[in-house]
Amino acid sequence: MPVFHPIDVDEAVELLARRGPRRILAGGTDEMVRINHGAAVGEGEEIVCLNNITELRSWAFESDRGVLVIGAAVPWTELASGAIATLCPSLAEAARTVGSPQIRNAGTLGGNVATASPAGDGLCAAVALDAVAVIRSAAGSRRVPVAELVTGPKQTGLGPEELITSFEIPLTEGYQGYAKVGVRNAMVISIAGACLVVDEQHGISRLALGSVGPTILRCPEAEPLITDVILNRSGNTARLDEIVDSVRSAARPIDDHRATADYRRHAVGVLARRLVTRAISAREENNT
Amino acid sequence: MSDVIAATRERAVLGTSPTRPDAPAKVSGQFDFASDLTADGAVWGATLRSPHPHARIRSLDISPALAIDGVRTVLTADDVPGTNSFGLISSDQPVFAVDIVRFVGEPVAAVAADDPETCRRALEAIIVDYEILPALIDPEAALDPATPAIHPLGNVVRHQRIICGDPDINGEVTVEGDYEIGMQDQAFLGLEAALAIPDADGTGIELQIATQWLHEDRQQIARCLGLPEESVRLTLAGVGGAFGGREDISLQVHACLLALRVGRPIRMHYSRSESFLGHVHRHPARIWMRHHADRNGHLVKVEARYVFDGGAYASTSSAVLINAVTHTQGPYRCENAVVDGYAVRTNHLPCGAMRGFGVVQACFAHESQMDRLAAACGLDVLEIRRRNAMESGDRLITGQTVTSVAPVRRCIDETEALPLPDKAVGHGDHPYSLPGGAGLTTDTTDVVRGIGYAVSIKNLMYSEGFDDYSTARCTIENGVVSIKFATAEVGQGFVTLAGQIARSVLGVDEVVLEPIDTGVGSAGSTSASRQTWMSGGAVKEACELARDSVIASVALARGVEPGQLELLGTEIVDPIDGWRIAMTDAIQGVSVNEEAVYRHRPTVALNELGQGACHTAFAFAAHRAVVDVDVELGLVKVVQIATAQDVGRALNPISVIGQIEGGIAQGLGLAVMEEIVQVDGVIRNASFTDYLLPTIADMPPVEIALIEEPDPEAPLGAKGVGEPPTISSTPAIVAAIRDAIAQRHPEATPLSRVPVRPSDVVDAFRGLRPTDHDR
Ligand SMILES: Cc1cc2nc3c(=O)[nH]c(=O)nc-3n(C[C@H](O)[C@H](O)[C@H](O)COP(=O)(O)OP(=O)(O)OC[C@H]3O[C@@H](n4cnc5c(N)ncnc54)[C@H](O)[C@@H]3O)c2cc1C
Repeated sequence: MPVFHPIDVDEAVELLARRGPRRILAGGTDEMVRINHGAAVGEGEEIVCLNNITELRSWAFESDRGVLVIGAAVPWTELASGAIATLCPSLAEAARTVGSPQIRNAGTLGGNVATASPAGDGLCAAVALDAVAVIRSAAGSRRVPVAELVTGPKQTGLGPEELITSFEIPLTEGYQGYAKVGVRNAMVISIAGACLVVDEQHGISRLALGSVGPTILRCPEAEPLITDVILNRSGNTARLDEIVDSVRSAARPIDDHRATADYRRHAVGVLARRLVTRAISAREENNT
Repeated sequence: MSDVIAATRERAVLGTSPTRPDAPAKVSGQFDFASDLTADGAVWGATLRSPHPHARIRSLDISPALAIDGVRTVLTADDVPGTNSFGLISSDQPVFAVDIVRFVGEPVAAVAADDPETCRRALEAIIVDYEILPALIDPEAALDPATPAIHPLGNVVRHQRIICGDPDINGEVTVEGDYEIGMQDQAFLGLEAALAIPDADGTGIELQIATQWLHEDRQQIARCLGLPEESVRLTLAGVGGAFGGREDISLQVHACLLALRVGRPIRMHYSRSESFLGHVHRHPARIWMRHHADRNGHLVKVEARYVFDGGAYASTSSAVLINAVTHTQGPYRCENAVVDGYAVRTNHLPCGAMRGFGVVQACFAHESQMDRLAAACGLDVLEIRRRNAMESGDRLITGQTVTSVAPVRRCIDETEALPLPDKAVGHGDHPYSLPGGAGLTTDTTDVVRGIGYAVSIKNLMYSEGFDDYSTARCTIENGVVSIKFATAEVGQGFVTLAGQIARSVLGVDEVVLEPIDTGVGSAGSTSASRQTWMSGGAVKEACELARDSVIASVALARGVEPGQLELLGTEIVDPIDGWRIAMTDAIQGVSVNEEAVYRHRPTVALNELGQGACHTAFAFAAHRAVVDVDVELGLVKVVQIATAQDVGRALNPISVIGQIEGGIAQGLGLAVMEEIVQVDGVIRNASFTDYLLPTIADMPPVEIALIEEPDPEAPLGAKGVGEPPTISSTPAIVAAIRDAIAQRHPEATPLSRVPVRPSDVVDAFRGLRPTDHDR
């Protein structure tokens, strides 16, 4: 099977535009697992590797727009520490929970989003961060919010000739955090995850839930309550319980071999309360 | 354990911890595991497996596979020249399914092709028309005589009762409970692999194989191939772990059949997902127990009922069951018992040997019961165990007298005396030391720390009248000492120990270990914690015979009586005439060839009432677990395990510690995460993505006290140490989790199944009001 190593995005999208089946390979940490599990490589299929495209493996902070631009093939290890971790702590917390050091050295946010697993840790953070995917093809480019790009479990609106080149994340002032429940203490697939991003400037917050629905879910009803509790310091047990109940009713979990729907619903409520509690303490610490 | 390392003497004799002979190759990645082997002209083999738990094969068409370029052959049941069945105890499992498949993964055909990808396409091309039959997946239903038999030998593999003392006696205090143990996988890292090389004339075969018992494999393979045993030669290939999962035949017969048919060497490897289907697992079990005690907590009677789900084929189910029922009382004195045990057949994955072999299941139940009994009697959990602790000379519920050293009290006392973790919640050495780990789910205030204890007894060696022996040969030729045995080195370190024994007995420093193969008598299985005792005994005897013959030739040359000479360290000494000669000099020019067969003392089968001295010897251990539990989310971080283990004598302290730490990791896995999930007879997690093993972020530090009371019945004073760590670590961890839950929710239902899933913790208290957790 032919494997191509384009060195820039133009070359990559040209390869993708050629007739015949194509497959994009970034870190390969999802794709190789699929192949190992017997996903046949089709007759005449060609692989387009992203590893040599510097542009996709770089990131930049565009201070004029207040936007962090992260190349789709930047590996988790880079997202987990250093400057990105300071600018965008919830993405870094999500990155640190992905797999093992080996997986984090290879795997990428682009692959995570394109895989569109409801358990994708980076995907959950990207949705809470209101990230926008920048998509290129030989025909042109488009920008789609990650939340809209992912349409169902393992389903996206990406065409076969399209490539995600980067994610644009608007930077915000305020607490952000990610928490994920798994059955072991590292290298585990999420059975319930939550990412909270508080935007103090605009007076809003976004809570995204992972592994409790067919895609990452937002909590439109709980979010104003959360904002109120955090920004107006109106937190008390009853209000927190209200948030937990609202989050639990937003969840649409299923039973599978990893966990029961009942437990996932319970857990995601607990995570929401804890993230809100952390946001309140973080704010108190900052103000003292 | 730095004192252990400091104790290392210069000579690599017994009691020291020399470097393993295979360590440099393993550490540098140069060790040849079975999957690394190849030969000139080798082609590949692969197995077609049933996708259904129970189905009739209406038709099987291999012709599309044979038509593929590069496919060398396709074999089915029709191509088995010998008996189309194998099995460790009863030969009830077909090499290839005939008419009926009985579990998801049952082999239906095998192919040989030029490369793995062509093998895969050939398997896809084979057309099997299945008529799906109702699957028997409820082990209780298997006991119902009205349930249709899924195998000609019936659905009950074995039923064993134990009636001891007065079955009708009652205690002043009784506690009872239902317990459940999930299916655990051995999860050895080196997957099943073999290289089969046919003889040029096609009348015999050489198999290089990762296994636990070469001679048993040979016997079963020869029967299936229709060849005399001498024509089947086995060599041990590098084994990457076993834990019981390599006792049964997996790809051995298929690889040999393909090689003989194609006339070329065959390489065969399982993938991880195939491995889950291709070897037996730990039996899932349901256990009911009722314990009777007097008011002071002295055990009066144990009652139990066991149902072990053996899956589709018998494997070692009957022996596993016997281990469970005969260990019902645990390491405690008890004079009366009524026990009923069943091992049944279902359309689940076949189950057989795994580290702990039936005792893991029994121990989880009896230790959970001892905690309940302590509560019912108002006693501390350790106090009730001390009051009942078994001693050497006590009689078991089978009527067998425990003749082994039995330091149960010491195990308990020394475990309790080991230091507790000095770090508070959330201050462990690992960055992710809170429950939930890297997931950052948990804050310090969410955590409750719990402590639990458990104690175990484990039989060593094979039981029930089995002729259990091991063979070793010591030769001295041209001044070189060589040892030969067929003992499977699966990672446990027998190759290290054999050298230590030879050096100690013979007083030489250089010892050559010959290849491990069927060119010498059987060593028995590397299982049942038996090789240090059994093969250790055989190597020791062979070396003693060789030593005596060297001394005899020295005596002859010197014209003295051999009895006048003795070996002191590395020298033969004549204390009367006052001369000495180095053993390395004494062996020059002598030619010695001594073989020894070691047998442990005979055992007997159980009678209908479960009476009889069916076991050989016993080892004991106690475990203390300290766990941090995020009760609200049901997440657990095991903080520390402390253990005192009855090892007899630590012949190689580092190896012993390795067994203890590794065994605890496996016990921890069963306690909180490891489980094969089957839904309607179909495995749902045949990969390490979803079959979770403990990582370094899950495995805690282990505090160890080795209890060294040499056992007079053991040839080297040493007991087997491999299994006890896996046995009582699991219930200790679960007891600690219960303790943590109870601190927040005193009325919570006690956990009764392993692995403990987060939802089990949450369900234990839900519906109850949190006592102090209104945040
Ligand atoms: C052991 C292990 C542990 C793991 N643990 C976690 C975990 O904890 N959390 C988690 O979320 N995931 C986990 N994963 C899954 C995986 O690592 C992540 O989803 C990772 O982010 C995938 O990125 P990748 O670059 O390796 O993708 P690849 O495997 O290279 O690609 C995945 C898919 O995305 C497509 N794709 C990749 N890049 C692009 C692009 N730029 N534009 C368009 N399509 C693209 C590919 O064609 C493919 O279909 C784990 C995987 C393994 C093997």
